Amino acid sequence: MTDQAYNFAYLDEQTKRMLRRALLKALAVPGYQVPFASREMPMPYGWGTGGVQVTAACLTPVDRLKVIDQGADDTTNAVSIRRFFQRTSGVAVTEATAEATIIQTRHRIPEQPLSEGQILVYQVPIPEPLRFLEPRETETRKMHELEEYGLMHVKLYEDIARHGEVSTAYAYPVKVEGRYVMDPSPIPKFDNPKLNDSPAIQLFGAGRECRIYALPPFTKVVSLDFDDHPFQASKAEHNCDLCGCGTSYLDEVITDDQGSRMFVCSDTDFCATRQAEGHRGRLSPEAA
Amino acid sequence: MVMMERQLSAQAAAPLLSVQGLSRYYGARIGCKDVSFDLYPGEVMGIVGESGSGKSTLLSCLAGHQRPDAGGLSYNGVDVLALSEAERRRLLRSDWAYVHQNPRDGLRMGVSAGGNVGERLMAVGARHYGQIRDTATDWLGRVEIAAERIDDRPSAFSGGMQQRLQIARNLVTAPKLVFMDEPTGGLDVSVQARLLDLLRGLVRDLGLSVVIVTHDLAVVRLLADRLMVMKSGHVVEAGLTDQVLDDPQHAYTQLLVSSVLQV
Repeated sequence: MTDQAYNFAYLDEQTKRMLRRALLKALAVPGYQVPFASREMPMPYGWGTGGVQVTAACLTPVDRLKVIDQGADDTTNAVSIRRFFQRTSGVAVTEATAEATIIQTRHRIPEQPLSEGQILVYQVPIPEPLRFLEPRETETRKMHELEEYGLMHVKLYEDIARHGEVSTAYAYPVKVEGRYVMDPSPIPKFDNPKLNDSPAIQLFGAGRECRIYALPPFTKVVSLDFDDHPFQASKAEHNCDLCGCGTSYLDEVITDDQGSRMFVCSDTDFCATRQAEGHRGRLSPEAA
Repeated sequence: MVMMERQLSAQAAAPLLSVQGLSRYYGARIGCKDVSFDLYPGEVMGIVGESGSGKSTLLSCLAGHQRPDAGGLSYNGVDVLALSEAERRRLLRSDWAYVHQNPRDGLRMGVSAGGNVGERLMAVGARHYGQIRDTATDWLGRVEIAAERIDDRPSAFSGGMQQRLQIARNLVTAPKLVFMDEPTGGLDVSVQARLLDLLRGLVRDLGLSVVIVTHDLAVVRLLADRLMVMKSGHVVEAGLTDQVLDDPQHAYTQLLVSSVLQV
């Protein structure tokens, strides 16, 4: 540990206590947005201040932390947050999904199914799913209270009327245990089915908006849809060009000015594991 | 059989909306004071008066937008003022409807015409896209908006079309009681005439009960069965529309009737 001046995991114990109370309440009322006294963190808003505070409140010295950003372990955001917790708490870190006890994520759920005992922490920019339909916060709270969610379907109706299908591709609204409509953070709708009945604890932290919400293990999470336009988890119709996987969520990467492109798994750990097992894709070095 | 008929006639005789001694104050000033009336199923009640006479205050108290300071309000025998907020809001989006003077207040300008009409259906639980769209198309036809404009936003509509769209949006869930606040305000006379014609047809066909607030005597002459004249927050005269307009008793009503320009 290099920074002895800081308390374990940066935040002081009273702050962590406050956060844990909010987390317990959030777990007790799945999908309900619990207000909490969000702190200034040594990073800008939009970089995961909410997620970092939730992670700090959950970390213990025996934990093993994994941080991903859009599925990748090696992007700036993921590397910075991982190093931040290495310095301030000295916990072990890993890139392997199965080995981690706490995974902080931005905009993805790992491909490998989570297991009991794991905690998945989401970074949430806008916790209110009704925000862009009803700008008044007092009114959206009232709508949650009275379960008036007709407006959410107006948005989906507009999608179908304009584009012939529900074009909302990320932050796709879900209903939790038949009660609260929840924004699952900007994960692709491909990941929505993984929210349902997950054995892991899922915690959502929105730092700027001062809201925490949560899904306890094995919670029923249903993506909103119409009877004649059922929810579909979509992804690019390709296989990964590095590991050949046809079922994982893909990033499209433009490789030159002539319009060449490749599709790769957005989950780097998943892709690397498959490559190590000998799977090959269209553009793998050996195949080329 | 006789019993049933008697029950039916007893039901028809019971008022849909009953107002007793309704008062609303703004500090020391009077908004409306001691207003009482019964509205029966299928009846259209007009409320006229000059600006500041308390007619809009009365309407917003009736529609639940404001809480009256005194008096009672019952709908179908249920005390509306004693309802919980959840029940009251459910009533507002199922059995009741409110047509605003300015269609911008009653429509979602960023949502297509079909979405606007469908919103109330989705709010009461419709979850079948095809059916919602069919109903919306049907209702656009009923208010004389071409079906191919279903995906246009209200901002692309003329004022008269916006008002008709607002009416379709409100009537789609087959409400029993409709509140209208100057529905023809801000429209030119020919558009106004068509809208009134349309409204009259819909009210008769659907058997709606309507409380309509206006300062335009021609509107109540065409639509309303009964009339209440308000001045300074008080009801000064009430009765059958033709009776009040043809034989006004109160000095203010006489002034009001004689103020109408004859062309």
